Amino acid sequence: MEPVIELAGLSVRFGKREILKNLTVALSGRIIGLLGPNGAGKSTLIQTLLGFCPAFSGTAKIFGHDTKRDMRRIRGLVGYMPENDSFIANMSAVSFVRMMGELSGLPAEAALERAHEVLFYVGLGEARYRPLGTYSLGMKQMAKLAQAIVHGPKLLILDEPTNGLDPSARQRMVRLIREMKDSGEMHILLCSHLLRDVEETCEEVLILKQGNIVHYANLEKERRANKRFVEIETAGNDAGLAEALSGLGCECSAAGAGRFKMVLPDGFELREIYRVAAARDLQLRRLNYRRDTLEDIFMKAMEA
Amino acid sequence: MAVYKRSYKSYTGAHTATWPRFLILARYSYARLFQSKFLVLFMAVCLFYPLGCAAFIYLSHNLSFLETLNVDGAQLPHIDGRFFYVFCTVQGAFAYLLTAFVGPSLVSPDLANGAMPLYFSRPFSRTEYVAGKMILLLFLLSLITWIPGSVLYGIQASLAGWDWAKDNFWMERSVVLGCFVWITVLSLIALALSAWVKWKVIAGALVLGVFFAGAGFGAAINSVMRTHYGGLIDLTQVVHTIWSDLLRYDSGARLTVGEAWTVLIVICVACLWLLAKRVRPFEVVK
Repeated sequence: MEPVIELAGLSVRFGKREILKNLTVALSGRIIGLLGPNGAGKSTLIQTLLGFCPAFSGTAKIFGHDTKRDMRRIRGLVGYMPENDSFIANMSAVSFVRMMGELSGLPAEAALERAHEVLFYVGLGEARYRPLGTYSLGMKQMAKLAQAIVHGPKLLILDEPTNGLDPSARQRMVRLIREMKDSGEMHILLCSHLLRDVEETCEEVLILKQGNIVHYANLEKERRANKRFVEIETAGNDAGLAEALSGLGCECSAAGAGRFKMVLPDGFELREIYRVAAARDLQLRRLNYRRDTLEDIFMKAMEA
Repeated sequence: MAVYKRSYKSYTGAHTATWPRFLILARYSYARLFQSKFLVLFMAVCLFYPLGCAAFIYLSHNLSFLETLNVDGAQLPHIDGRFFYVFCTVQGAFAYLLTAFVGPSLVSPDLANGAMPLYFSRPFSRTEYVAGKMILLLFLLSLITWIPGSVLYGIQASLAGWDWAKDNFWMERSVVLGCFVWITVLSLIALALSAWVKWKVIAGALVLGVFFAGAGFGAAINSVMRTHYGGLIDLTQVVHTIWSDLLRYDSGARLTVGEAWTVLIVICVACLWLLAKRVRPFEVVK
């Protein structure tokens, strides 16, 4: 599959300060998370992909188009929702989104039709004739999303889309992101500080720190792989349980207070654990898949 | 995708050509501007003087009407370089006021609301952005400067005959060129100031201030230093020098034509540089 975003030795400098340092990665997930602490270079990477910052060395490609040579073409394929307030205060939402659609190359009539559609889609249908200046923060976020998708981009870049949203608005935004992903018609690059948002939506995660890539994780693969990591908690005399499970091919270790962690071999049925426990008259109080949360992954990456 | 089907669908229709997209900005800005009744009224007021001039030209050729008023036609002002010089001065002043009113609302709201990344994340360049904003100003200012000037020339030519039109075509050329130079300079100054000041009112005040302050300082320099070079920072004096030259009328300007053209070119280049610095998708904070 052709990578959505491909970086090869990408470095970006502001004056003498190197913001992005020799980044090399190929991302092809349907929805890609971009994580990192403040000043890690996330926004600079987005700005470089959009052609706002020139690369000092190396290349960045989107759908195989070089950001140095094919910027106009790339911008036609990309939708961008910036982090900060970005709108035209005295314009109604429908005029604003329509104008953005027209600037992206839609004919005037089609842009008007699409503006109505996307505003309904993001939940601003009833407020679409109101001036943007009168919108609440959550509504402005939705209007920014609407302008980013009006022209049907192939890659949608979302910079902190849930910033300042209340819990219900945040849920709505996350649901919209998932729906757009599931539509199969666009790829999404999601830059967020909120690990929960990224964990709930993303397939791939790229973690930046001080302009370097410190971790790349395919969350989908990890989720599948983590089905083999199990944690159980027992009540009763658990002597010999670890040995019995090891005898069935599990790598088992006691974690104290009746808790055991184990890695299951391929083809291992979970009912075997219940059978071994029942044979020892042990109660199984808890059994869950143990996997690293995104927070674990992020913290490890930061410590690296 | 129908409105009631609230699921995401991509756009699969046709796309417009790239080159005329800068006109989209002008169209939307034009629609926003003309929501203001004051602007409509002001535009109407700006056309009073050209209407008066048209009436004068028509009546000065209407001998029977002049006889009824006992006016000797030979004593009326001629339609010559001086006539069009006065026309340029009056309409140039209106153009200046219109620029101070319209210009600041073009770029500063986009900067104040952080709209720049939205424009430039699309297939739309900074040059197209400036061209889109500038074409609106040029269009509005043209409506009150060289277009009525050309109409006046046309009326005079139709009444005075082909020979007059042929002999005095330089006047038409000079009015168009002189007004176009003035409105280009005004547009660039207004856009540059509006790009550097985020508040519309202050940007408008600055547009007015540039001319008044320039004239004031220029006069002060001239009187203190006993020179004429203070006129170089007085834009009205500069442009009057050019109009005098183009319309072959001695207005008593003390600057040379070469100096005046140099000042205008320097101002245009400075404004373009200021625009290039400010019209960016994001602000560079040092």
